[in-house]
Amino acid sequence: MAKRFDIARLPGFAPIALLSFVALYLPIFTLVGYSFNAGNSVAVWSGFSLHWYSAAWANETVKAATLRSLSIATLASAIATVIATMAAIGTTRRRAFKGQTLIYVAINQPLMVPEIVTAVALMIFFGMLKQVTGYQGLGYLILAHAAFCIPFAYLPIRARLEGMDLSLETAAADLYASPWQTFRHVTLPLLGPGIAAGAMLAFVISLDDVVITEFVKSGGQDTLPTYMLGQMRRAITPEVNAISTLLLGLTVALLTAFFLLTRKRG
Amino acid sequence: MSQTNAIEARHTIKAFGQGDSAHRALDDVSITIRKGEFFTLLGPSGCGKTTLLRLIAGFEMPTAGDILIDGAEVTDLPPNKRPVNTVFQSYALFPHLTVAENVGFALKMLGRPKAEVAEVTARMLALVKLEHLAGRKTAQLSGGQQQRVALARALAPHPKVLLLDEPLSALDLKLRKEMQVELKRLQMETGITFVFVTHDQEEALTMSDRIGVMSAGKLQQVGSPREIYTRPVNRFVASFIGETNFLPAKPVAGGVKLGCGAVVEAEGEGHTLTVRPEQLRLVAANEPGAIAATVENLVYFGTDTHLNLRLSDGEALVARVQSPPTGDAGFAMGQAVGVTFLPGAARLIRD
Ligand SMILES: Nc1ncnc2c1ncn2[C@@H]1O[C@H](COP(=O)(O)OP(=O)(O)OP(=O)(O)O)[C@@H](O)[C@H]1O
Ligand SMILES: [Mg+2]
Repeated sequence: MAKRFDIARLPGFAPIALLSFVALYLPIFTLVGYSFNAGNSVAVWSGFSLHWYSAAWANETVKAATLRSLSIATLASAIATVIATMAAIGTTRRRAFKGQTLIYVAINQPLMVPEIVTAVALMIFFGMLKQVTGYQGLGYLILAHAAFCIPFAYLPIRARLEGMDLSLETAAADLYASPWQTFRHVTLPLLGPGIAAGAMLAFVISLDDVVITEFVKSGGQDTLPTYMLGQMRRAITPEVNAISTLLLGLTVALLTAFFLLTRKRG
Repeated sequence: MSQTNAIEARHTIKAFGQGDSAHRALDDVSITIRKGEFFTLLGPSGCGKTTLLRLIAGFEMPTAGDILIDGAEVTDLPPNKRPVNTVFQSYALFPHLTVAENVGFALKMLGRPKAEVAEVTARMLALVKLEHLAGRKTAQLSGGQQQRVALARALAPHPKVLLLDEPLSALDLKLRKEMQVELKRLQMETGITFVFVTHDQEEALTMSDRIGVMSAGKLQQVGSPREIYTRPVNRFVASFIGETNFLPAKPVAGGVKLGCGAVVEAEGEGHTLTVRPEQLRLVAANEPGAIAATVENLVYFGTDTHLNLRLSDGEALVARVQSPPTGDAGFAMGQAVGVTFLPGAARLIRD
């Protein structure tokens, strides 16, 4: 039999791969590097300093935006994870039913529809709600984030459920566990890593969002990313770099945890 | 009726698939399993053994028919409401729980007090000799140890019936022999009715009080190991359990007539005569009443020797004789011999 096609063996693969990595990571390394710049330029290096970190820390607007981002991400990922868990169980632990594909598409809609479309739709819809109810709070942002985080939480949970040995749940039922007890004592504990992974992914996605937040937020509801976007329109200082670096650190930590949780145990 | 049965299935049908593609995994099976017996379901792969167990456990609903456990109708009860427990072929131990937590699982689900759960768990672990592994996670156990945990877990709630689906098939031969003895001991000590599934006929013969032989979704025969072996009702049962000879036969006055012209005595009904190889006696070729045959081949098996014989009408017959101390059974290829059947050994069966 002929050797299997292997893209890694094509001529030029290594240089192209290297170039891609450089293109991806060089800007990030530059960003991180200049967050330690002593001067107030994001292009001219004038010595090492933690000045911009303390500047960001002292900035009350940054603090408020950070707190807002974290609370939205926490609540939105919690809501998304609960809904995603129920959806995953509904789509894997029941007989195939009519309209299952439709539900699958509905859950994953945020992955397929351009974000700007969802953003505009949500803006108009929530705008109407704001008029009618008079409520202007963070609730809209939390709901909007929860909605687009659901597919990210759903995918790892579903993958874990599909990989689970069904005979364990059968065995639990055989050993006098009611359907609820089976879920509580067998399915849920075994699903734990999948749920944690889904929640983390949802958290990161929410933390990172700009487009939908920008459209849905009311006045004074800047999250960290939309605050940074606002700053960029004025003078760009390494303060933005410092905040980005911290966000990057948090994201890398969460994604590492995600990877460790979803990795098959050896 | 004073004595109720452990299990009763009445005209049970289980069909998988719909319409024309429907396939009957169980085709009108009626079976009665008595209290306290070691009952074995024996049959080739795909004959419906697992399906019958799953119906009893409640994992599947019958297409038609009723199932009774301990005299009570359970057809509509979910598995967690039925007083039976299963030892799964794959063990299905909970990987996130310790050995002790696995064993105590059922009692905990039943809401028994903690002290009782702990006491029964300890007793069950002692019963299967795994006290020293109580705190281990199940993934760290050998196949034989996992098997024992699965047994202890299913026995802990003291079910009315224990269902075992080929529990020994994943074990190597030595461990398997050990576990056969172990299972028999557990069944005697607990007095629980065991329904055991296997496709190993030797396992079925040595362990069971009664055997139900299945084929193609139908129950062919139910009886003690001796009944099944010595009085099979049809060709399938006769050939599936042990080795046997089949000869075409015709009932005539004073016995049955074989193709070669010999007339022998045989019980039963049908047009096929069956006789086990060890029930044949080889005598001198000219002995009166003996069937004339020629030795075509000899195979030495140690304890005994198999002789492939040919009758005058071309039918083949296998005889098994015990090997003498010298190992030489005293026959040669091509030798003319006479064959007689031990009294009561030959039976007529249906096809
Ligand atoms: N869920 C199912 N869907 C469709 N067909 C099934 C299903 N379960 C079993 N069958 C079919 O029913 C028949 C009996 O299966 P069953 O598992 O009871 O056999 P078995 O006697 O236990 O065999 P083995 O010794 O191989 O375990 C087989 O033909 C099988 O393909
Ligand atoms: Mg089976």
